[in-house]
Parts: sequence; C-alpha cells; structure tokens
Amino acid sequence: MFDNLQLLFVWAPIINIQIILEGVFVGAIFALVSYGLALVWGVMNVKNLAQGDFVIMGAYLTFTLSKYGLHPIFSLPIVLVVMFGYGWLIYLLIIRRVIDNDMFVSLLATFGLSLVMQQFMNVLYGPEVQIIESNLPVYTMFDDFVTVPMAKIISLVLAGTFALIIVIFMKKSRMGQAIRATSQDARAARVLGINTDRVYAFTYALNAAICGVAGVLVSIIWIFQPFYGIQYSLRAFAIVTAAGLGNLPAVIGAGFGLGLIEKYTSMILGTEYEIAAAVVMLLIVLVWRQISLRRSRQVVR
Amino acid sequence: MKKIVKFAMVLLSTLGLILGTTTTSFSKVEGDTIILGAAVSLTGKYSTNGLHTQRGYDFAVERINSTGGVNIGGKSYQLAVKYYDDESTPARAAQLVERLIQQDGVQFMLGPYGSGLTKAVAPVSEKFGVPMVEAEGASRSLFTQGYKYLFAVLSTSEQYLAPAIELAAAKAIAAGKDPSSLKVAMAFENDPFSLDVREGVLDAAKKYGMKIVIDDKLPADLSDMSTTLTKAKALKPDVLLVSGHSKGAATAGRQIGEMRIQADIIAITHCEAAKVDEKFASAANGMLCPTQWVESSPLKDDIFGNAGKWNADFKVAYPSYNTVPYQTAQASAAVLVYKAAFEAAGSLDQVKVRDAIAATDMETFYGHIKFSEAGNNIAKPMFMRQISGGTYNAIITADDMVFPRKASY
Repeated sequence: MFDNLQLLFVWAPIINIQIILEGVFVGAIFALVSYGLALVWGVMNVKNLAQGDFVIMGAYLTFTLSKYGLHPIFSLPIVLVVMFGYGWLIYLLIIRRVIDNDMFVSLLATFGLSLVMQQFMNVLYGPEVQIIESNLPVYTMFDDFVTVPMAKIISLVLAGTFALIIVIFMKKSRMGQAIRATSQDARAARVLGINTDRVYAFTYALNAAICGVAGVLVSIIWIFQPFYGIQYSLRAFAIVTAAGLGNLPAVIGAGFGLGLIEKYTSMILGTEYEIAAAVVMLLIVLVWRQISLRRSRQVVR
Repeated sequence: MKKIVKFAMVLLSTLGLILGTTTTSFSKVEGDTIILGAAVSLTGKYSTNGLHTQRGYDFAVERINSTGGVNIGGKSYQLAVKYYDDESTPARAAQLVERLIQQDGVQFMLGPYGSGLTKAVAPVSEKFGVPMVEAEGASRSLFTQGYKYLFAVLSTSEQYLAPAIELAAAKAIAAGKDPSSLKVAMAFENDPFSLDVREGVLDAAKKYGMKIVIDDKLPADLSDMSTTLTKAKALKPDVLLVSGHSKGAATAGRQIGEMRIQADIIAITHCEAAKVDEKFASAANGMLCPTQWVESSPLKDDIFGNAGKWNADFKVAYPSYNTVPYQTAQASAAVLVYKAAFEAAGSLDQVKVRDAIAATDMETFYGHIKFSEAGNNIAKPMFMRQISGGTYNAIITADDMVFPRKASY
C-alpha cells in the first residue's frame, strides 16, 4: 500500500493523469446508468434491479449487430430504439402490474426480470466473455506513459451528449414536462389530464434506452458476460442513493466521483477493492447525512 | 366424486414413489454394461466447458466400446455414462452425485467440470467409497484433504504459470544476467484456482530470488484492470503474469494492448478459452499461455493412437470444433484410466478398482498418467505455448521462445 502511495505521489506522479482519465471514463458510464435509475426511481418509485441487465443486453445487441459488420458506434441508434421498445414492452408486461403495490413487490418483480434476462442471454449467447473490437486508435502522451484509447474518448463524448439531450428533453418537451409533473404529484397530474400510464411507460422505456446506450459503450471499452449486470446495478444504486432522488446533476457528479474514488482505491489498495469503494462511499454519505440532518430533525416521541 | 379422485391421485403417487425408489436402486452393472456416473454443467456459467467435458467422455466411451470394450476376466463389458446436469452450482452437483450413488447405484464416478464443483462432489464420493477419476479440477487444495478415492489426470494448478518464471530465468542466465535481478508483476483473481497458480509462481520466483514488484488480486467480476497495468507501466517489470479465467484473459488482452505494456515475458492463463489470439491479434503476439496438453505430443496409447490422431478423430466425430480444447482431451483420458484399471483389477469390486487406479502408470495420447499418494497426476508436465502470428507454438525449451516478446502496437 505504501509502495503504491509512493509510486503515485513520489516516483511517478505522472500516472495520476492516467488514473484520473480512467476514473472519468468509468464515471461517465456509471453516471449514465444511474441517471436512468434515478429517473425510474424518482418518477415511478420503482427500484429497478434489472438496471445492469439492460446494460448487458445493450452490449449483446451491439455484439449481434457487429456480427453483421456494423461498427459499434453506428449500431448505437439501433440499440437505442430496440431497447426503448423493449423497455415499453416490459412496462406493459410486468411493471404496470406492480407499480401500485408496495416497494417489495417491485423489487421482487425486477429481481425476477433480472434473473430471466441473465439466463436468457446465457442461453442465447453462451456464458463466454465477449468483447467488441472497435478498431479505433490509441493515443499516447508523455512519452508513451499515458495512453488514451479513442474508444474511451468517444464513449465519454457520447455519454455527455446523450445526458445533455435528456436534460434538455426533460426541461423543454411536452413529454419531459409531463414526466416531471407526474414525478411531483401523480394524482394531480392525472387530474390535469396527463396520461400517467403513458408517462410511466415512456419513462421506463427511456431508462432502458439509456442503459442500452451505456451497454454499447461498455462493449467497446470493457468486456461483458451474461452475468455482469449486477456490477452496474450495484453501482447505480449506490450512486442514486448517495446523490439523492430528484437531483439529477448530483447523480451525474456522484457518478464521476465514484469513478475517481474507485480508480484511486484500486490503485492504492488493489483492484479487488473497487466495488468495496462504491459501498463504502454510500455508507459514508448515509452516515454523514444522518449526522447533518440530526440538527434540524424534530421527532415527537 | 372429488374425494375419490383425490384419494386415487394420492394412492397413485405413493405407488409411483415406491416403484421409483425400488426400481432405480439396482447396481453398477446392467448385463454386460458398466455404468459410470457424472454430474456435468450443461447449463449455467460453466456450460461451455461442461459440454467440452461431456463430449470428451462420450468420445472415449464410444471408441472403447467399438474397439472391444473393457475386458475383465475374459468377459467383454461395454461402458456407458449416466449424466446429470449440475447447473454449474456446487450444491446441486453434490446432490446429484449422491443421487447417482444412492439411487442409481453407480459405483464409479467421473468428475464434473472445474475445481469448484469437484471440490463440492469429492467429499460425497469419498463418503460412499466410490472411486472418482476427474479430469477438470486442477486446484491444489483438492489433493491436500487426504481423499483416497479421488484421482485427477491433469496437472495441478500451481504448475500453470511457474514455467514462465523458469523460462525468464533461463533467458537471463543465457544473457549473462543474474536471474535475481528480474522483476515480476502478478495479477491474480481471488479464487482458489488462481491463488494456487500464484503459489506456484511465488515458489519459483523465490527459488531464483526474483523481486515481486506488483502482487494484485483481481475481483471475481473483473472487467477493468487498468490500474494494475498502470503500475506495471511505471515499475517496468520483466515478467507480467495474469490469471483470472476467461474474463481475466480477455481483460488483460484488451488492456495490455490499449496501454501498450512492454514486458519481455507476458504469460496469461485461459488464452484459448478467451480467444485472445483472435481478438487481440497484435497485443497477443508473443504472449505465453499454459496448456495441459498439446496436439503435437508424441505419446500414444492403443485406443486412440497419439495426440494428433485423437485430435483428428475427434474433429471427425464433432465437426463443429476448429481447435479442440484440452478440457476435452483430458476428459477422454479419464475414461482411459478406468478401462485400464478395470482390466488390471480383473474385477468390478470398488476397492480393487480403486487400488488399480492408484497403481496406474500408463502412457496415453494425453500424456503420462501416474498418481501420487494424494491422487494428482505427477507424471505429466504443464506445457507452455507462445502466440505467434495467430498460432500457438509449443515451447519445449527456452530456445523455442521469441524473446523478448515482440508486440506491435
């Protein structure tokens, strides 16, 4: 551990640049997935445990398309549309039936969905680890010391653009306004003539599409396997819980923050502690929030 | 009326239960067929390798049956395997082995796929005194439990990457350097198999006094090891070793290429399974990959001929294979061990067969098989192969190796 700290700050401080870059690239994808979760959670109060499996499904769709010679970047719009349709379908089949029930029913339903999706992908594609070669160049800086693959830059730019589009969409479009209205008060929205069922369907489908996009990006920069979804679900939950619902900029910030924390933890303590960093971050935020809220909390006993 | 139907159903199902238990609990030999039992992973995360294993067993059984079967005391027996799908879960595998032994009356077991599942089923067959010849569990810890009925035809996992250290030392000595000046970087998954591999490497490195500069553990759901490789970039090790099953190989293949890691020797386990040579053609060039078996091995047996012949015949029987994984070859070898042991014992008595297996000392297409007291095969070495232009070249001595590794990024 001290060796690693020494390496980081004394012997070769230049590798900080590499670590920060990796953290930002990872964070962009986490932010995207968490953003989708925050949307569904905030608007519909459905805690979607199948979040990570949507990501992996997006990656496998890209994989299928790449077999037909389509470059992953160009398969992005197709994956977006397919995942949107899939999300809508899942809403009609499952989510609509559990949305009015209590939290545990929706947790159970989405957990079941997650299992079914994993096994389905396993049957369809097999359990092998897959990758997609994007054949994009790798840039080097500082005498080959820092390497930046074009694929990661593209994924960062795409994630940013996509997030921006969603933010604008939520602010300006009719559907975006309807989603925000429903999220504030579903009954009032219904009274004012908003078809909340449609809003829910759209929100869930939009989340699936966002995850699908994240899946495309995952497929070109990492590896994937039918059972890898849980990683993304877990981190998305940590990020959304830490950032708080209804605070979308905070979700994105927490996504990047977690990316950086994970990479530094991994550098100093070892790669196996990456996921521990996510959970510890969540714990610290929750404890800190408890303490800071205590001052203003008034409880009648 | 409803009551009568209900009563009839209960009666029928009870009858079924009684019949079911009585008819299935007969024994190992049906007429002149010896039934071997195996729980293999046909679904779940190990299903690919489970299928490779099953095909290896089946191929050997068919071949033995068609070439005269097993000859015990002048009588010829046929072999058959009863399979159950363990769904890649240890608990299920243990249950099924118990069922094979207790309900189906199987008296001789073949192993499941992988160290984890083998670890789960070994105590069960041990408890019932049923011999098990396994071909897919390489973890060292399987052979430190004092099992008397467990035998493995493959080399144990601590031998997987240790040859890379030997090769590095040989090259250093040839260049007039002291091997203790070499720096070794290691990244191993935190699972029984990879930690065994790590132990073997540590022993070998200690022998030469090499310095371990990185010793990272990788998580089970690994998809990013960029920080470990960043360290490797800064510390410039001479030898880089990675082991983490297929995902470790795929992640390493991808990121070693992306981050342009330069080390004289890079060795990775499970290259073939992750298809590192195809997917990362340029980065994989010069990487070393351990394998249990090479098709060019000259050893042979009466049933299959040599390794090349086995390989060619298997591809005829299963045309979907371009390259046959070693998992399949060793599964076939396990069945050969049974045939030889039955014939040597001259009986189907479990204890006699167990002793005959323990005394096995035979040459097969897969390699030499001779079991230690603990049950692991001590006669067969692990092979190293180097990826070169998309093909795997066997490295028998250090001179066969392209050194330093030439990677064109």
